[in-house]
Amino acid sequence: MTSTVRTYLARLLPQLIALTMILAAVSIVFPGFLSLEIQNGRLYGSLIDILNRGAPVVLLAIGMTVVIATKGIDLSVGAVMAICGATAASLITSGHSLAETLLVTIAVGILCGIWNGLLVAVLDIQPIIATLVLMVAGRGIAQLITEGAILTFNDPGLSFIGSGSFAGLPMPVVIWLAFGIIVALLVRQTALGMLIEAIGVNRQASTLSGVLTPVLLIAAYVLSGLCAAIAGVIAAADIKGADANNAGLWLELDAILAVVVGGTSLLGGRFSIAASVLGAIIIQAINTGILLSGFPPEFNLIIKAAIIVFILVLQSPRFHTAFAFLKMPRATAKPTEREAK
Amino acid sequence: MKQKYLPLAATILIFVLSYALCVAQYPNMLSTRVIGNLLTDNAFLGIAAVGMTFVILSGGIDLSVGAVIAFTGVFLAVVLEHGGIHPLVAFALVLAITTAFGALMGAIIHYLEMPAFIVTLAGMFLARGMAFVLSIDSIPIKHPFYASLKGLYYKLPGGGRITLIGGLMLAVFALGILIAHRSRFGTNVYALGGGTATAKLMGVPVAATTVRIYALSGLLAGLSGIVFSLYTSAGYSLAAVGVELDAITAVVIGGTLLTGGSGFVAGTFVGILIQGLIQTYITFDGSLSSWWTKILIGLLLFAFILLQKGIIRVSRRERQRA
Repeated sequence: MTSTVRTYLARLLPQLIALTMILAAVSIVFPGFLSLEIQNGRLYGSLIDILNRGAPVVLLAIGMTVVIATKGIDLSVGAVMAICGATAASLITSGHSLAETLLVTIAVGILCGIWNGLLVAVLDIQPIIATLVLMVAGRGIAQLITEGAILTFNDPGLSFIGSGSFAGLPMPVVIWLAFGIIVALLVRQTALGMLIEAIGVNRQASTLSGVLTPVLLIAAYVLSGLCAAIAGVIAAADIKGADANNAGLWLELDAILAVVVGGTSLLGGRFSIAASVLGAIIIQAINTGILLSGFPPEFNLIIKAAIIVFILVLQSPRFHTAFAFLKMPRATAKPTEREAK
Repeated sequence: MKQKYLPLAATILIFVLSYALCVAQYPNMLSTRVIGNLLTDNAFLGIAAVGMTFVILSGGIDLSVGAVIAFTGVFLAVVLEHGGIHPLVAFALVLAITTAFGALMGAIIHYLEMPAFIVTLAGMFLARGMAFVLSIDSIPIKHPFYASLKGLYYKLPGGGRITLIGGLMLAVFALGILIAHRSRFGTNVYALGGGTATAKLMGVPVAATTVRIYALSGLLAGLSGIVFSLYTSAGYSLAAVGVELDAITAVVIGGTLLTGGSGFVAGTFVGILIQGLIQTYITFDGSLSSWWTKILIGLLLFAFILLQKGIIRVSRRERQRA
């Protein structure tokens, strides 16, 4: 058990170091950054704020990780967020109950995922192009639902999802924590995760060895759609309105970035949901940190780009080969696996 | 007809058919004025799409285009407002910057072996961030030289005008077609799109070609930014958001495969015209809402992907038979 924990920590180490460094840097510039306090039975503080604000990207990153592990990519998640936010808002304002609204919204997200999955798995279209279709058309569909206006609602149940709290934590944080744990357990306590990685490494080979490739591929995109639906509901509930133009705009890029910062390769194969969640938190910590530390907001994007390039260069294969000689003494001291056997 | 011309032929056919349908409903659309405006309004998108075609032909992608356009606009506006230099000098300066920026991205993609998607995504953040640092306001450009450039046009029979920027787009497309099909660089791009390993074995200079492709895309994005600043007479750091996606869409509708190695610059031109036509039709109609543009373009994209899939499957079957 301890060895699995240790390998798990080793996998997450670069992300944990990066996050600690960013948090430390911000807390030097902005002293009150790390303080937490409890008011009305709920935790408050900048750290909680990061977890809360990061909720949509964390959720998208969970689905995106699984899709990227199959050597795919889902560009449509931002648009699906807009569609689902618009669906939820229009249903709740037309007098449907909260349960009906949520069920239909989730179903819409799943439907979007099935569409993407069918294009990729059955029609065999490149993922980036297959999901581009829904990315382009999706925002139009969302505007069609809201008829071009920003639909606002006042339902206390729906807004609770965005701004309520449970067990001292904001509701969005509770949702992504629970959802992330469920998905991680689902893929790691069963063979699903391994089969998904097999598809990402070599789709043809895994099909030939009896993996139900089309079903798993569709399932991956359905999961991504489901994540986008939940993120869309949270984003809409947060502002008590559905903005078809701006809800989830460019969040697909943030989600992909979160996955890459988390160390999952865009070329498919091995993935870690926890690392992607950490990646999303890192991105949100950068965003919040820059705001709090009093830098002019104009510099936000440049600092973000610089940090991301730094993290990516550290991960690049060329960089590792170039610096491999630094690790040589240790590598020769330890017998390789084959020799040990 | 050769199989490789089929997607291009289909694109042209769809454009001609849809234009005929539009004309049948609104006879006024068949005028040189509409055609002239179609060219002027889509000039910046077209120029950027030429660069994108080369990138996609090589099997890559460039997400930084829209941000580079915005950066160019803001840079020109700031330099022309504060420094007393001539716009032509500013144009040369900004083109040098964007070309170097593109070359840098190409070098990172090749030498650090990082996916183009992520490198150009970081480039997009960086370019947009530089635009923000220069200015967060929308700055008008009031230089007299701009007014005289905007006044240049070639009058077509029937009252239509090919403006300077519309003509520039046509020239860039003509040049792009020449480079793609009549130069060694163009051949190398196609070879690279067919597969990096095979290209290397054939003796294609992979490093130099990759750097040049992204430098070309940066150069054309800069040129597109100049055209955009002429078109709007202003520089704004939030302008041209998402232009890269419109450009990619135009390239795909134009029949270029996103896997690289197959497609035509001329197809991209028709792709731009189809997108422009949908927008013009919606303006003519007046009762349709703007979101139909997005839905229609999405459907069109889907139709073209299916068409390409069909063509590839048919050609494979024929090859097996032969």
